[in-house]
Amino acid sequence: MIAWLERFAVAGGLATLALATLQEGCRGLRLSRLSLPFLVGTAFTDDRRRAMAVGFLLYLAGGLVIAAGYWLAFAVTGLSGWWRGALLGVVHALFLLVAVVPVLPFVHPRMASEHDGPATAHGIEPPGFLALNYGYATPLVTVIAQAAYGAILGALFSAWQA
Amino acid sequence: MGKPMVADRPNNLTNQTAIGDHAAIGDCRSLALVTRGGTIDWLCWPMFSSPALFAGLLDCDGGCFHIGPAAPAATSRRYLPDTNVLETTFETPDGCCRLVDFMPIPPAGGPLRPTRELIRIVDGVAGAPILGVEYAPRPRFAAVDRRPRRRGGLGWAVTDRGDLTWLHSDVDLAPTPDGRGLAGEFAIPAGHRRVFWLTQSPGEIGVVPNLADSAARLAETIAYWRDWTGRCSYRGDHADAVRRSLLALKLLTYAPSGAVVAAATTSLPEADGGGRNWDYRFCWLRDSSLTFRAFNDTGYVGEACRYLRWLVLATRLSAPELQVVYDVYGRTRLVERELPHLAGWRGNGPVRIGNGAHRQFQLDLYGEAMATVADFCEHGGRLTRQEAALVDGWAATVARQWRRPDHGIWEVRTPPRHFTYSKAMAWATFDTLARIVACGRMAGGGVRIKALRRCCAEIAEVIERDGFDSAKGTYVAAFGEDAVDASLLLLPWFGYAEATSPRMRATLRRILAELGHGCLVKRYPSGFDGFESTEGAFLACGFWAADCLARAGEIAEAESRFRSLLGFANDVGLLAEEVDLDSGAQLGNLPQAFSHVGVVNAAMTLADEQGKMSG
Repeated sequence: MIAWLERFAVAGGLATLALATLQEGCRGLRLSRLSLPFLVGTAFTDDRRRAMAVGFLLYLAGGLVIAAGYWLAFAVTGLSGWWRGALLGVVHALFLLVAVVPVLPFVHPRMASEHDGPATAHGIEPPGFLALNYGYATPLVTVIAQAAYGAILGALFSAWQA
Repeated sequence: MGKPMVADRPNNLTNQTAIGDHAAIGDCRSLALVTRGGTIDWLCWPMFSSPALFAGLLDCDGGCFHIGPAAPAATSRRYLPDTNVLETTFETPDGCCRLVDFMPIPPAGGPLRPTRELIRIVDGVAGAPILGVEYAPRPRFAAVDRRPRRRGGLGWAVTDRGDLTWLHSDVDLAPTPDGRGLAGEFAIPAGHRRVFWLTQSPGEIGVVPNLADSAARLAETIAYWRDWTGRCSYRGDHADAVRRSLLALKLLTYAPSGAVVAAATTSLPEADGGGRNWDYRFCWLRDSSLTFRAFNDTGYVGEACRYLRWLVLATRLSAPELQVVYDVYGRTRLVERELPHLAGWRGNGPVRIGNGAHRQFQLDLYGEAMATVADFCEHGGRLTRQEAALVDGWAATVARQWRRPDHGIWEVRTPPRHFTYSKAMAWATFDTLARIVACGRMAGGGVRIKALRRCCAEIAEVIERDGFDSAKGTYVAAFGEDAVDASLLLLPWFGYAEATSPRMRATLRRILAELGHGCLVKRYPSGFDGFESTEGAFLACGFWAADCLARAGEIAEAESRFRSLLGFANDVGLLAEEVDLDSGAQLGNLPQAFSHVGVVNAAMTLADEQGKMSG
């Protein structure tokens, strides 16, 4: 059981690091302005520095929790491997972009909404459909990063299962 | 100052706003220039050396943000006392209104804010004047076509390479016919307020400001500048000019690193059609000692120390050699290139970005950098072991290279020469290092001081032999040449020669006779720098002359020159690099740190010398 938990922690940690590196790397390369740690962190504090620190910790923890979902899916279906993991990542990314992101302005406590007027609006920029407000490459970056995340989890699950 | 009538914003090269007609606002990271007519025609975001968002100063289609009366109006403007908050008043036949322009200083921590902000507040004062708005963002020096897109009630966004520039306003604007900008018109009745809040989020998720917070931002910005100005320790006769110059220098300081850029603009010509158009949005080591003292001696010890720390950090990348120019983070590759799609100010191209001077060899830098460190140490500063090793490296480099010809303080683009000032700065390298050792901040003690003094004596012998024209009794600009140049005025400043010495007095008089034009002084004679055209007078040199005269005991003449020079500042007290000798108009990049450093240091010297005279 302990060995299983260790493996999960290694796989989840690696996948999350790859996800973070790809997303923040693309931000650094100016392909997208999306920063999930910033989005997560600003839900808890309006101090930019603290938001980034808190957000990054929560983001890493969230990466591990979601990895558990992937791991469970692999175990229940008996299907794994890098390409099935990547496929699951793509589905996950599309779900985030299409269903989760557009509702953020209504649930995030510090996000402005395009329905606000200039004298009442304030907060962080809303992402818009498919998070396109954060750059036209944002959906593509998100899909690729999430696919890499799933591929790492799927590959390691499969390797250790064997 | 009268109230000139202003027309609408410039629309062709010939009526492009005069260089000296600009006021500056900034946030110690970036700076915008505002014309008397209410047009922002220069803004580089997110930092001084970033590509321009508005470059209307360099091309009519370079981008601008105009808010001004739709009809000709009488206009007056000022900085709110002791601040960098600009207030422009428009009086039109329909009434009067005020436009307040400022850039809030980003706080350290605290609630979320956009990374960069520029706020324009219009207040109705009397009647109901009608104002026009034109917003024409042109990212990357207008090299790309990026159109504002409506973001619901949140304003208009322009995105380029991951940078989000966002205009929020309570005034309805509509796309211009070509779609590349926005335009609108609004009446501003007495007692009403309209707000334009321009923000940028470079490579990150944007933050939407609440327009209702604009009054609070204005109040905190005013409080910041007044608090800062209140720390000024200068108590002489020229307090207003000194405070304004220090405020300009603070605007040119890049707060995150402590660097001070030479000016906020690029390619504003030093001469009409002369091709002398350079990018000054970087940091020149030659300015270091003069800048350090301008801050340090007026009570801004924190700014001086941060500047010194920047200098030491920046120069590590090129150690043990020094480069002529660095960027605000000490980056050394500042590749120079031209932007042919921009016509240049009033058609005076080329427009250049980057600066090729970074590849030149300038011997004088070492003396200036070492003098900065010596001033720091003599005011109680301490060097780490690595910093001391770095400084030792500079001295070793000078010991190896002081016999080499160089390009000199003026960065002339002729073959290298043996400039007298450069050799004097080699002397200053060892002299000031001896001072650092003497105050116990570096190892070596008396033995080392003696060795350094021997180096000084050797260099001085060469200068007095080859850099001195015995027939005329003056120092010369370069060995074996006949001309003088204004850098020789700094010899007393760095302690190489007493201003009261016969050689220095004769040199000063010759410079004033050959390079002087009233109170103005040119850097060097025509043709000295390899360019055929004649440039204007270099404002800093005029202040150096006043400084040198004061040190020579000629206080009355120094004071008179100093006051006359201040008359070349524009209506809000800003100085560019040069003044046209025929028209008296300002030329070159604006605002120019070297000119404002000259104001502060000359005022300090005048006050000191006047104090000595009065006992």
